Amino acid sequence: MKLFEMNHVQKSFNNGTLHVLKDISITVSEGEVVSIIGPSGSGKSTLLRCATLLETMDSGELIYLDEYVAKNDDNGHSVYADKAVLKKARSEFGLVFQNFNLFPHYSVLKNLTDAQIQVLGRSKDEAGKRGMELLEKMGLADKADAYPCQLSGGQQQRVAIARALAMDPTILFFDEPTSALDPELTGEVLKVIKQLAEEHMTMVIVTHEMAFARAVSDRVIFMDGGVIVEQGKPEEVLGNPKAERTKQFLRNYQQ
Amino acid sequence: MTLSTMITKMGEGFGNTCLIFFLTLILSLPLGMVFSLLRMSKSKIISNITRFIISVLRGTPLMLQLIAVTYGPYYLFDFSISKNKLIPVIIAFGINYAAYFAEIYRGGIESMPVGQYEAAEVLGYSKLQTFFRIILPQVIKRIMPSITNEVVTLVKDTSLAFTVSYQEMFTIGKQIANSQTSFMPFLVAGVFYYVFNALVDFVMGKVEHRLDYYK
Repeated sequence: MKLFEMNHVQKSFNNGTLHVLKDISITVSEGEVVSIIGPSGSGKSTLLRCATLLETMDSGELIYLDEYVAKNDDNGHSVYADKAVLKKARSEFGLVFQNFNLFPHYSVLKNLTDAQIQVLGRSKDEAGKRGMELLEKMGLADKADAYPCQLSGGQQQRVAIARALAMDPTILFFDEPTSALDPELTGEVLKVIKQLAEEHMTMVIVTHEMAFARAVSDRVIFMDGGVIVEQGKPEEVLGNPKAERTKQFLRNYQQ
Repeated sequence: MTLSTMITKMGEGFGNTCLIFFLTLILSLPLGMVFSLLRMSKSKIISNITRFIISVLRGTPLMLQLIAVTYGPYYLFDFSISKNKLIPVIIAFGINYAAYFAEIYRGGIESMPVGQYEAAEVLGYSKLQTFFRIILPQVIKRIMPSITNEVVTLVKDTSLAFTVSYQEMFTIGKQIANSQTSFMPFLVAGVFYYVFNALVDFVMGKVEHRLDYYK
């Protein structure tokens, strides 16, 4: 079953002078783990930001669970659906940011429960139970009453993942989840994402961790210059790439 | 006049000083938020008009504004000057301080990282929920030192009410000084303001300390 679909997405910045996404199409099915790799400035993050409604597309379609969030008008410009549809779409996805973006004035547990209560209308007990369950899963149950500033980067990112999961999304996006972390802290975050992959959580991960992408993904997408250069099984794209540009990128990475 | 009667008389006026102080804060703290939101309005017209009003309020003496609000209606519209000067005094103080608070709020709101808005948006918070639950509490912590500054200034500025003869402590002190040809009332007033501000400092310090539970 298709959970998420983007068709022929175009996106420019600075009044069209900076063309970031050039006709990108992606489909993600239930339970699939998709990694997006590529050099800086290739449009990976913009793609995620369009998918999560933080940026509006200039052209193209966006579909969550067969519901059109945006479609093209006769001139080929994206037209977004009404507020109710956008709200429903937001309840379908979660996003984990590169720099966590936890709420510093809330305790760890409240970071997990507040949106459940305010947005989903869950009771305080219900939200607290779900929150604690996720903290235990992240190995952070003892940090429930701590504040984000008291945690390491790796712990903060795990809290951010738990915060996204607490909303019970059907698809979870990660925007370079380990790029802001010290190398020794990336492992604990990757381990958590790997565990989610084993539980068949549907995920789209923008990452620079090639070994990790290879280990967890069902499909790897290589992007460069605003287009998808190559995609396929991780062992194909990462192990035996066809496009010259992919080979070059992977060579630079190994050095 | 003995020192103790002097202190008693000025102490009676101190009640009115406190009245100006607290009513001004009650009026200007929320009004400043309104000014600041209008100033940050997406509409260029609203934002520019508000910017101009704020610049006039900050760019002209509070003393002048006090006189304008108290006596202006008489000269302009032939209204009789109200016996109760408290109302024009509070209006002038409240609006003037709101202009200063507005700029403090704006600085605080604009210093918030965009990631906080984006995280809230992705989680599904509405615009209002985002502002009141995520942004405002953090802004308050950031601007507390600047707010304390303004509050300390306000304590001293209450003395400006003497220009429209509102019977607060300084006005009474000045009257005693004139009638007794004594400098003593000014010393007494100085001690009153200093003690009041020591108290303000203590209370605001407590508030800031309570917000220290996170960075």
